[in-house]
Amino acid sequence: MTLYFKYMMLLFKSQMQYRASFLLLTLGQCLTPFTVFAGLYFMFDRFGQLQGWDFYEVALCFAVTQMAFSITECFARGFDTFSSLIVSGNFDRLLVRPRSTVVQVFGSRFEFTRIGRLFLSAVVLIWAVTNINVDWTFLKIVALFFMVASGIVIFTSIFILTASISFWTVQGLEIANIFTDGGREMTQYPLNIYQKWVRRFFTFVIPFGCVNYVPLLFILNRDGYQHPVYALTPLAGVLFLIPCLIVWRIGVRHYRSTGS
Amino acid sequence: MIRVQGISKSFLVAKRPSGIRHAVKSLFHREYTTVEALQDISFSIAPGEIVGYIGPNGAGKSTTIKVMSGILVPDRGTCSIMGYTPWLDRVPYVQNIGVVFGQRSQLWWDVPVMDSFELLRDIYKIPPAAYRDTLTLLIDTLDLKDIIHTPVRQLSLGQRMRCEIAASLLHSPSILFLDEPTIGLDAVSKIAVRHFIKTINKEKGVTVILTTHDMNDIEALADRILLIGKGSLLYDGSVQGLRSQFGTRRTITAEYRENAHPLQIPGATLLSWTPDRAILSVDTEQIMMSEAITQLSSQVELLDVTIDTQPIEDIIVQMYKEYQL
Repeated sequence: MTLYFKYMMLLFKSQMQYRASFLLLTLGQCLTPFTVFAGLYFMFDRFGQLQGWDFYEVALCFAVTQMAFSITECFARGFDTFSSLIVSGNFDRLLVRPRSTVVQVFGSRFEFTRIGRLFLSAVVLIWAVTNINVDWTFLKIVALFFMVASGIVIFTSIFILTASISFWTVQGLEIANIFTDGGREMTQYPLNIYQKWVRRFFTFVIPFGCVNYVPLLFILNRDGYQHPVYALTPLAGVLFLIPCLIVWRIGVRHYRSTGS
Repeated sequence: MIRVQGISKSFLVAKRPSGIRHAVKSLFHREYTTVEALQDISFSIAPGEIVGYIGPNGAGKSTTIKVMSGILVPDRGTCSIMGYTPWLDRVPYVQNIGVVFGQRSQLWWDVPVMDSFELLRDIYKIPPAAYRDTLTLLIDTLDLKDIIHTPVRQLSLGQRMRCEIAASLLHSPSILFLDEPTIGLDAVSKIAVRHFIKTINKEKGVTVILTTHDMNDIEALADRILLIGKGSLLYDGSVQGLRSQFGTRRTITAEYRENAHPLQIPGATLLSWTPDRAILSVDTEQIMMSEAITQLSSQVELLDVTIDTQPIEDIIVQMYKEYQL
């Protein structure tokens, strides 16, 4: 873990070499989700509510997802862009160092500009939390915290899983973005606005539902979800990491280097 | 120390004929060919040796290095290095080796060299005292003092290569793999790199395995060479041995007082002839050198004679031809 921070410091120094680029990218990262959020706002402004969900409730959902995603993109960017490490053959270098490949890939890249996106989602989160019609208890705050934390774990797991695929395909797969970007877009809204099969997929295959939708219902005190155990459902999402790491291990064994 | 036995590795390569039509077609249907990158390679290397690993492009040099450094898993065969099997005991094993890929950097591009070194110190968990000693030694012998605080992207290739070699030695490995360490370097940097390799081999007893296309590297460094071609090991022995086995030809350049008749010496071929100068190629397996000189002096009045042995480069080219590589 300390090594991970050492990697982070070094790459932060690298990033600071290009200050103007860093500032502009950060600003850009702040504005992209802002336009999406503005869309959300105007939609509710026009229609009032969405299948029984009011604006602040959806905004909370949106903020949690965006926050988890931006933190993941900042810290697990190495897995997101992993195929470039394979194509260039630089993965060889990682293999001749006496540390686990997972730590080294994590440390291979950080996307500090995601701070912009994180900043925006934090603002939306605070706005939603202060305006939403909820009596905040300790358990609800814990649930909210778990939502973000497990969201990070799930997005990271998906990054690892899609990175593993490039051991076989060499080039990265855009199809994987269905689950990362797609997952993000989906879970910005409460899951029950979708078709049943979509809901099932995002609950049992990729457990976004466990980390986002169910605890949200708990926080909002909806019928049938008042039991404190629902506050802890995000922890189930963490289990998703295990199969992803197993696939990663198989992939490393399967690795065939490129070039001379 | 290093024992490689019967290593084989093949790759499945998709056939990709050029042209758009074939590119589209290969999306749906693809033919594969198996390329035997390594076939039954065996050798062993003792501690403290410098071994030159040579062969034409695509012969399997890098593949062997990758198997030995634990990057690739071979299809068949065993490899035991310091008691470890590289691809099974990767993490404990790589603590003992240093690897330099001449064409790929291991330094972080945008930060000063020193920062990269410090991160490597943490990656390899080098104790502070040992790190300080090694670093001082490396800075002195590789003359890095002036460049260590410069970002890597501003270094020249020669400077960078010196830093690369230093970086791979920070954790005091007992084996150093160098994959084309002198590629693209100017004469001065090449000599500096060679000198350094020789020094750490002598003083720290580091076993060095290097691949190269520059035969001067081999002649300056390697006591022993391994020649690989098309995935098979073709020669394993000393540079002198290679010369006596393959380099049996000598070139005689003779200058003499004007003589109208071309020279005729059995067992030697005339490469060029003018009335006062001739160059002959002598095959020492057919005619003794002393015999050739005697013949020569009986036919003309010699003024000057120089005898050149075949450069190792020519021998290698000749071997490539012989094995049809």
